[in-house]
Amino acid sequence: MAAQDISSDYQKRDYSLVGFETQRAVERGLATAQWYQCPIGRKELKELMRRSDGPALRDTAIWFGALALSGLGGWYFWGTWACIPFFLVYGVLYGSASDSRWHECGHRTAFKTTWMNDVVYAIACFMILREPTVWRWSHTRHHTDTIIVGRDPEIAVPRPPDILGLVLNIFALKSAWSLAKKLTLHVQGRLDPEEATFIPEMERPKVFREARIMAAIFIGVAVWCIAIGSILPAMFIGLPSIYGGFMTIFFGLTQHAGLDEDVLDHRLNSRTVYMNPVFRFLYLNMNYHVEHHMFPMVPYHALPRLHEAIKDDCPTPYASCWAAYREIIPALLRQRREPGWYVKRQLPSHVAPLDVSAAGAVAAE
Amino acid sequence: MPTAIATRWVEACAADEIDEEDVIRFDEGGRTFAIYRSPDDVYFATDGLCTHEKVHLADGLVMDSIIECPKHNGRFDYKTGKAKGAPVCVDLKTYPVRVEDGKVLIGLD
Repeated sequence: MAAQDISSDYQKRDYSLVGFETQRAVERGLATAQWYQCPIGRKELKELMRRSDGPALRDTAIWFGALALSGLGGWYFWGTWACIPFFLVYGVLYGSASDSRWHECGHRTAFKTTWMNDVVYAIACFMILREPTVWRWSHTRHHTDTIIVGRDPEIAVPRPPDILGLVLNIFALKSAWSLAKKLTLHVQGRLDPEEATFIPEMERPKVFREARIMAAIFIGVAVWCIAIGSILPAMFIGLPSIYGGFMTIFFGLTQHAGLDEDVLDHRLNSRTVYMNPVFRFLYLNMNYHVEHHMFPMVPYHALPRLHEAIKDDCPTPYASCWAAYREIIPALLRQRREPGWYVKRQLPSHVAPLDVSAAGAVAAE
Repeated sequence: MPTAIATRWVEACAADEIDEEDVIRFDEGGRTFAIYRSPDDVYFATDGLCTHEKVHLADGLVMDSIIECPKHNGRFDYKTGKAKGAPVCVDLKTYPVRVEDGKVLIGLD
């Protein structure tokens, strides 16, 4: 995989949504811009976008069924070592598989039926420690301005990378702390200034209401644990986000980490990584991330077909998670020393990207 | 948002240019519109850009009476223009439509 060094006059980036980079992104035409899309016929795209409840009903039934069975095993063997594998499975299904369910249902593409998307969205948001309305709007912005510094609230690895933060997030500790701070604000009927840039006024009462419900559930579980003198209730509600969240970051880092910023072409700032069927079930095909960003209306179950349709116009996909991490880990470590360095994705020779040079960067080859 | 009161009728396209349960774009006088053909073969028209971030709805997906924006999956009822929830909060303007001699005409204000 080709990498690109950039000039030594790299300016430190401001990743906040209220700093100097925000206005600069607008001035450079990077905000709410036109993005590259691979050519695909309307008829074929329509077929790929077609919605159905079947695949998501099946996958949700398997998900809830597996949660119930593993939870039952954890409860039955509670107090013995034998409960560990059951809680490990329960935790991953609760704290990691919820990430992709939140995501797909947030786009309302998982199910054809709107209320089904909304119900699973609310449950998955709670499991992944995300407030539903806040994250709906945050993710909307992420799709408008993907990895545009000063605009995208979901840049997982700002440069230089916070390696300690990433390690803490293996057990969702950084995201749990972030939720705790935000919930405290929202329960009081306040937003932080960055959230105020992407959550419209009319949606804010909903944010505050949801925060109060979420906080009440967490407090209720804590009271329950104290009342019975056991953490068992929290092992089912709340703690799985922590002890089972490690696959969220494992999958999530493959999306954009180490790649370019401020480019209007998802082929340059996103990865498509081939994964095994178990991972694809847990991650609901979000490993086809270039495809998802380019055509967010295509439901997860059609992404492999979309990939086939446009892959000749895209960089070579990563053959496995191992292949992706062989690139990501050295890239993040190097970006600690050289924040201007990034992995440059190689486009097929017959296509050219839309190019907007990043701050202090040498123009792409 | 109310339906426009037609003061003039403009030919937008041939009726068979739009597939059933689909949408096409129509530009006129510096404005852009979306023309829909519903599954029961009735034609409708709205403003062409999503009220959220000005994306062309003609690139979106028609499902029954819903048009879904291609960028953020915001949904409108294209028959009434009603926004169906976040991230779209502002209704679409709708326009009267009639079909004459195999042509779709929209009534502009």
